Amino acid sequence: MADSTVQQSRSRDLDKLLLRPGNLVAPTFEPGVQLRDDLQEYARILVIGAGGLGCELLKDLALSGFKNLEVIDMDRIEVTNLNRQFLFRLEDVGKPKAEVAAKRVMERVSGVNIVPHFCRIEDKDIDFYKDFSIIALGLDSVEARSYINAVACGFLEYDSDDNPIEETVKPMVDGGTEGFKGHARVIMPGSTPCFECTIWLFPPQVKFPLCTLAETPRTAAHCIEYAHLIKWDEVHSGKTFDPDDPEHMKWVYTEAVKRAELFGIQGVTYSLTQGVVKNIIPAIASTNAIISAACTLETLKLASGCSKTLGNYLTYNGVEGLHIKVTEFVRDKDCLVCGPGVLIELDTSVTLQRFIDMLEEHPKLLLSKASVRHQATNLYMQSPPVLEEMTRSNLSLPLFELMGKVPKDIVHVTGTANKDDKKTSCLRKLRLVFKGVDAVTDMDMAVGA
Amino acid sequence: MAEPKNKYDRQLRIWGEQGQAALEKASICLLNCGPTGSETLKNLVLGGVGSITVIDGSKVEQGDLGNNFMVDVSCVGQSKAKCVCTFLQELNDAVKAKFIEEYPKALIDSNPSFFSQFTLVVATQLAEDSMVKLDKICREAKVLLIFARSYGLTGFVRISVKEHAVIESKPDHFLEDLRLNNPWPELERFAESIDLNVSDPVAHKHTPYVVILVKMAEEWAKAHGGALPSTRDEKKEFKELLKAGMVAMDEDNYTEATEASFKVFAPRGISTDLQKIIHDGCSEVESNSSDFWVMVAALKEFIANEGGGEVPLEGSIPDMTSSTELYVNLQKIYQEKAEVDFLAIQQRVKNILKRIGRDPDSISKAMIKSFCKNARKLKVCRYRLLEDEFNNPAVSELQKYLTDEEYGVAMGFYILLRAVDRFAANYNSFPGQFEGEMDEDISRLKTTVVGLLTDLGCNGATVTEDLISEMCRFGASELHAVAAFIGGIASQEVIKLITKQFVPMVGTFIFNGIDQRSQLLAL
Ligand SMILES: [Zn+2]
Repeated sequence: MADSTVQQSRSRDLDKLLLRPGNLVAPTFEPGVQLRDDLQEYARILVIGAGGLGCELLKDLALSGFKNLEVIDMDRIEVTNLNRQFLFRLEDVGKPKAEVAAKRVMERVSGVNIVPHFCRIEDKDIDFYKDFSIIALGLDSVEARSYINAVACGFLEYDSDDNPIEETVKPMVDGGTEGFKGHARVIMPGSTPCFECTIWLFPPQVKFPLCTLAETPRTAAHCIEYAHLIKWDEVHSGKTFDPDDPEHMKWVYTEAVKRAELFGIQGVTYSLTQGVVKNIIPAIASTNAIISAACTLETLKLASGCSKTLGNYLTYNGVEGLHIKVTEFVRDKDCLVCGPGVLIELDTSVTLQRFIDMLEEHPKLLLSKASVRHQATNLYMQSPPVLEEMTRSNLSLPLFELMGKVPKDIVHVTGTANKDDKKTSCLRKLRLVFKGVDAVTDMDMAVGA
Repeated sequence: MAEPKNKYDRQLRIWGEQGQAALEKASICLLNCGPTGSETLKNLVLGGVGSITVIDGSKVEQGDLGNNFMVDVSCVGQSKAKCVCTFLQELNDAVKAKFIEEYPKALIDSNPSFFSQFTLVVATQLAEDSMVKLDKICREAKVLLIFARSYGLTGFVRISVKEHAVIESKPDHFLEDLRLNNPWPELERFAESIDLNVSDPVAHKHTPYVVILVKMAEEWAKAHGGALPSTRDEKKEFKELLKAGMVAMDEDNYTEATEASFKVFAPRGISTDLQKIIHDGCSEVESNSSDFWVMVAALKEFIANEGGGEVPLEGSIPDMTSSTELYVNLQKIYQEKAEVDFLAIQQRVKNILKRIGRDPDSISKAMIKSFCKNARKLKVCRYRLLEDEFNNPAVSELQKYLTDEEYGVAMGFYILLRAVDRFAANYNSFPGQFEGEMDEDISRLKTTVVGLLTDLGCNGATVTEDLISEMCRFGASELHAVAAFIGGIASQEVIKLITKQFVPMVGTFIFNGIDQRSQLLAL
């Protein structure tokens, strides 16, 4: 058949896609050796999460033409990860996921460079995220997705016609799984819906009413939550319950069993206790593999244009047969996160302190403890203490002056938002317009803000 | 030691100890360990299958380093089967891993009986003629078989098993069987013992909705000659009556009753899906019938006799607003009825087994219990032999898919995936596999497609030029991301087949990596 003795390239298979012209490709596609080399040299992908999806993403990306990867994860490896997080071994338990994952992939795929970050996503400077071509999300929490989404959308700038400026678009590819089900999506801030535009896709978790737990328990879960949420505090005054402490978990289990016996309720097991208390989402290797592969393929397409793009939300369900569906969701034009930003009109005399107070009262924001950034400058930082001290003197100065007396500009604020009785850290983009400064054209836009 | 169980905790929550035990007993054979095969097995090894046997005759080349995570630089020139097997073993030492350095095609041709030792064969990247042969071998030997292939931005997965019957199909959002439209005497008597007009407001708002609905339905039936609400107006009136029973605005139990009132209106008896199963030819059992069909035969008798047109009761109830005492008592009433129904089925199973000359106790109690609990959710999946699909094509389905807006591209890929094998048989290489002959390959592939469509009886039908050109561009490449996707799907289906839980896909899954609008084709 072939004479395979010719010097074969490691990218034998990928070359077919990257070096040859195609008919069903993105308009930007420019096939050739240059494209392949550029992907290796210039494309920088950040993988958020080194769990079930993250491990797969790192492997898939490393074998899809990317050479510069970074991964961020705050967790350490646990035994229960081993059935799917295939980069980890039993002897790795206790080590940081990001570090082990990066090491294993680099060992196997020569030439790829992966920088691990063992920390929380909030610990990184916003600018850290700016350096990446694409951000791939392998997360299992709504809060973390919201945060990264806000960061990526925060880079987005609009031109005077309110069209997104292409160079400021930070694409995201997001995956999620639960049991035999999952989703993969592509987010192009400003043109496809961002995570916040379609937040309703993630309904809030249902909690049991306290009176049911206290007075009319009926299920095993009610007994467990009674022990966990009510009895624990009654008995251990002041001591916080730690779900990762097996002694704590055993105590809750024993109490739950007692309560179940008292009420004639069946079904309390240790495994169920863990499941209810830690809100464990069942997870398997195969679903993670499917979703991560879909995310990686989209990342490759975004970076190279070698085929069309997923538009824009894929769901997979393998419970009953096989159902793969693509839905084209639309942007929420009024989205606070990916829109042009919340417009705020200010007098030139407003101090930074007064501005921070205003954010707390602003009906669309309700943002407390805000830190404020203008371009690359931290105007005020709540933490760490060193930065707080350095920026404290700014509080009494007019914001207008701190921002270099521009008539209007974007500022980014981070703080705590109260949503459904839950405090979440969040990032918002604000469009500030100073009254009476010669930016007449903008004044009509301010109406109704 | 708690460790091994712990390791599987997240999957035990999906398929339980039973499913895990089935996986740990399974022996899996993999044909060809390129990325598609390696990724399929990776997911199964992590899940803890009993043993794997990797079969591949090729040596690792430079190009393999770019698409297969189960080989590295040190493997170049060595047996691919050996290298992949070694790396897979690293993932889980509980799995017995071995390899055979041999080309699958040769093995299929020379040693068909080899395959009968396995629970399941995963056949990847095989050409059509080998697939057809292997299919017959596995069908004969009753070995589960799944095909998977990645090809550029497309690929397919296809199960081939004569019949796969599922008891624990575990569907999402399946409503509990509460029998509110057909209560049995004990439930009615329990409802009678409770006064809906109780004056204590706490007791009033803690009366479970099941009781409310049973009582209201009975009252309604008395006033309407035994009939339950059926017209729109009647249903509306029934809901109004429910609302009138409320004494305070915050009575969640009445809200739940209103929301669940459709269960009173629902027609009695069994679903059409279940009708089909109990009237399936296999429910006429004989000595070599499977346990599943023996139980179906018992179910059929039950429905026609003591079941009064209904299946055995499941026995579980959802959580609902209620006092603990009433809820627990209600639970008991459902459980007791389920137990009575189970005993009836068990007796019928024994009688049938005796009649067909088998040991009356040969089907375990646990199995019959599970069957009763899942009687409404039974599933039977059947798969054509590939040879049959190829030689007696479902022409009208093919035509329909080809011209359908949603299915057109997937159907085009189905045709092309078969056409490339014909192409390879004629020209000794896949279209676009080597540089420099692209235009010629495109026109050759076009001709091959026309020929194939004609043979399939789809005269005049076409596959778009764009798709044909893309297929040539793909040049038989096996991209890692595509292989990981296809391998993920394949392993998911393997798990369903082996655990006998959930419902495997029926038909041919065609991956569309262009815009991700993949489809399942029933052909
Ligand atoms: Zn948005």
